[in-house]
Amino acid sequence: MCAIDASSSPPQTERATAVELAGITKRFPGVVANHDIRLRVHEGTVHALVGENGAGKSTLMKILYGMQKPDEGTITVGGEQVSFSSPADAIARGIGMVHQHFMLADNLTVLENVVLGSEKLHGIGGAARRRIVEISERYGLGVRPDALVEDLGVADRQRVEILKVLYRGARILILDEPTAVLVPQEVDALFDNLRELTSEGLSVIFISHKLGEVLSVADDITVIRRGTTVGTADPKSTTPRKLAEMMVGSELPTPETAESTVTDRPVLTVDSLRLEAEGGRAVLDDISFTIHAGEVLGIAGVEGNGQTELIEALIGLAHADSGTITLDGEEITSWATRRRRESGIGYIPEDRHRHGLLLDAPLWENRILGHVTEKPNANGFRLDPKGAQADTRRIVEQYDVRTPGIDVTAGSLSGGNQQKLIVGREMSHAPRFLIAAHPTRGVDVGAQAAIWDVIREARREGLAVLLISADLDELIGLSDTLRVIYNGRLVADADPASVTPEELGSAMTGAASGHLEHTEPAESAAPAAPAAPAAPKDEAR
Amino acid sequence: MKKFDKERVLLAVAGPVMALVAAILLTSVVLLVSGRNPIEPYVIMAEQIGFSDVQVLIVNQASLYYIAALAVALGFRMNLFNIGVDGQYRLAAMVTAVVGAHVALPAALQVPLLLLVAVCTGAFWAGIAGLLKVTRGVSEVVATIMLNSIATALILYLTQKDTWGVQSGNNMTTGEMHPSGWIPGISLGADTGELYGLIFLAVLLGVLYWLVLNRTRFGFDLRASGASPEAAAASGVDAKRMTLTAMLISGGVAGLSGLPLLLGDAHTYGLSFPAGLGFTAIGIALLGRNHPGGIAFAALLWAFLDKASQELDFYDYEKEIATIMQGLIVFAVVISYEVVRVWGLRRQQKRVGEELAAAAASAAGKSVKGDKTEKEVAAR
Repeated sequence: MCAIDASSSPPQTERATAVELAGITKRFPGVVANHDIRLRVHEGTVHALVGENGAGKSTLMKILYGMQKPDEGTITVGGEQVSFSSPADAIARGIGMVHQHFMLADNLTVLENVVLGSEKLHGIGGAARRRIVEISERYGLGVRPDALVEDLGVADRQRVEILKVLYRGARILILDEPTAVLVPQEVDALFDNLRELTSEGLSVIFISHKLGEVLSVADDITVIRRGTTVGTADPKSTTPRKLAEMMVGSELPTPETAESTVTDRPVLTVDSLRLEAEGGRAVLDDISFTIHAGEVLGIAGVEGNGQTELIEALIGLAHADSGTITLDGEEITSWATRRRRESGIGYIPEDRHRHGLLLDAPLWENRILGHVTEKPNANGFRLDPKGAQADTRRIVEQYDVRTPGIDVTAGSLSGGNQQKLIVGREMSHAPRFLIAAHPTRGVDVGAQAAIWDVIREARREGLAVLLISADLDELIGLSDTLRVIYNGRLVADADPASVTPEELGSAMTGAASGHLEHTEPAESAAPAAPAAPAAPKDEAR
Repeated sequence: MKKFDKERVLLAVAGPVMALVAAILLTSVVLLVSGRNPIEPYVIMAEQIGFSDVQVLIVNQASLYYIAALAVALGFRMNLFNIGVDGQYRLAAMVTAVVGAHVALPAALQVPLLLLVAVCTGAFWAGIAGLLKVTRGVSEVVATIMLNSIATALILYLTQKDTWGVQSGNNMTTGEMHPSGWIPGISLGADTGELYGLIFLAVLLGVLYWLVLNRTRFGFDLRASGASPEAAAASGVDAKRMTLTAMLISGGVAGLSGLPLLLGDAHTYGLSFPAGLGFTAIGIALLGRNHPGGIAFAALLWAFLDKASQELDFYDYEKEIATIMQGLIVFAVVISYEVVRVWGLRRQQKRVGEELAAAAASAAGKSVKGDKTEKEVAAR
């Protein structure tokens, strides 16, 4: 069977069509954002829409949700051709959208959040509560109407968002990157919810660029590239790799590093680091490791097991309660953040919007951020805007940051380009040690490859890297040494050349510890003998 | 690039203009509702600009507003809401007046001494709030509001007869300052009046404000702290020290804001010394978008409304019309800036998307297939 049906004709099916977009074209002055897009979503299915950041998914969904009007093409909902001029029209037709960033009022209860703006449907009292409980039970959402939203976790908030949409009578749900904020177990729970929805005859349009997830949950897949649909795929017979190639339109890079560059010169040594939360509970305990020049140390772990605290302790946002941190033989445990950064610690933060960028400031000011005391940004106490601007142009050029200029605000760039700017900025100061936290999270495939290249290149030149990532393939592919963090402790180590994601996964949940035996043993404190080159599964580069 | 510059100017001007237009319209509505001519008061006030004595009054008043608003704006730039400018400048003016009355140095020493006293008093008073914030986490809003009241009480106590008070007619003052501390004005003719000499101080402070914020490392750290405390911390800014420093500077500048009047005209601190300047300054800083040029414009506008409205009484209009307008301006400013900000952001995102897509489209036309790094960027 042909895995990828590039003619984009839908698979044979007896299901009715819930939504059909035909020939959708949307032009912005001088440019075509969507061109002749075709999409057919069947009732009772999860339809995945995949494509790189900026491929046109968002524009398409805005059109379907009534936020923008197409220049050409038709939208058909339930067999009837429609024209939306606002989201209210779309909602009236049973189309609901769950945004990537939740739109909930923290200080209100779930009930209040759900009825907000739809008071006319079932009032705000008992009838509304009954309706919410009914929906929640029907689809297995497990939502408590009287819980305060601020007390809910991310996954629960997402379920509230879904419930909000269902409460308004949606039969077709658009989920925009719903798994970006979830940990693996929560993703599974979400997928169970989605299956409940589809078994009741609802349709889900699932936007994502995590291909493994798409394959596990979708009934149909449409791939979009350069603003147009390039084909559909059957999740039963295609592979993530084939899908990704459809998305990028070329062969894919892999994260595998070619050969070991680990030297025996220690750059960063952490010894018995302990960090306590208020009240004396240890959030990091007995953390010890050494990273050598040219070594990438990967830390695997389920989010919330101390990764954030470890990063903060290393960059100086939190100070160790005991233990030492040594950089190139100099103890830096008590140094402030600025001194650490000046002395050559580069930092790619896990949340670039909060820690890495000033979103409302132009790119060249963002180039200064974190390095305000260093050349070319400053001369003594004076800022050097000209120097910073010139260097920003260089970064934009060298790191392929797609921007019309250096005076636009950082917030107007796409995630991948923001991240390339951050990586370029950090590499411009010749760091000795780089903290790379989720360096390719929320970044499209093209930018991902570019960022991996930068890290590999720097590693060849003797950079020591601490890599923290939720993407196990990235960890295994880039790291020379792997450690697993669980509950604030480094509980296991593994050789990336031989370990499998499954083995790592069991250690991440605390089920396994010690050296994850697969081939020859290695002492955990001493760095593994220069890791054998990861046997590349296929030679893509 | 030119396009984006024009864009920025447009966005910067759109907010204030929208606010002013809205405020004028709403004031006219108020006038209509009260059965008055909705246009004549503006005409009367506008005519006042033509008189040179009113011009002098306006500029003098604006110089006080300007310095106080700079103090507020400095706090705003790093998300510190220094509501205490009012207490800081009154206390600073009073202490300066006392020092000026009891110390008699040659003018070359006396004037710097008085300026220093004013700066230190203002900084000290603001520093209390700053210290409370960094050590105990007390909101600077609450602390400075309370410090305003404490300053009022303290001033009353210090100007009692048995401390430093001097009775002069019905007025309780701190006594006349030694003339070596007076700063001569710029006389523009007998019936026009004098401009305060310290107007130059206001201009200088405006220039310094811009230079420090935009051309120094410290200024960058301060702005970064205001834009995103987390990003600033990650970039190495010591948040506590920055908070305290910003509060001290804001208070120091606030301390200077009463001096053009004190050293240029009043020469004593008494019951008639203007109060409430610090609150007015908050509105002016808002309208001026924390930019030294914008604040200058806003300060002049405010002073114009204050001074020109006096004339309304003679035409049987209430001069409080100007107060209504000032209030509406503040209201409209807050709303219109948010509207313009969101609108501008959308505009820019769209524009960036378009330019990139256009570039990608032309590149795609040229590029040969198989270019690995080539990827599309469509408008989002």
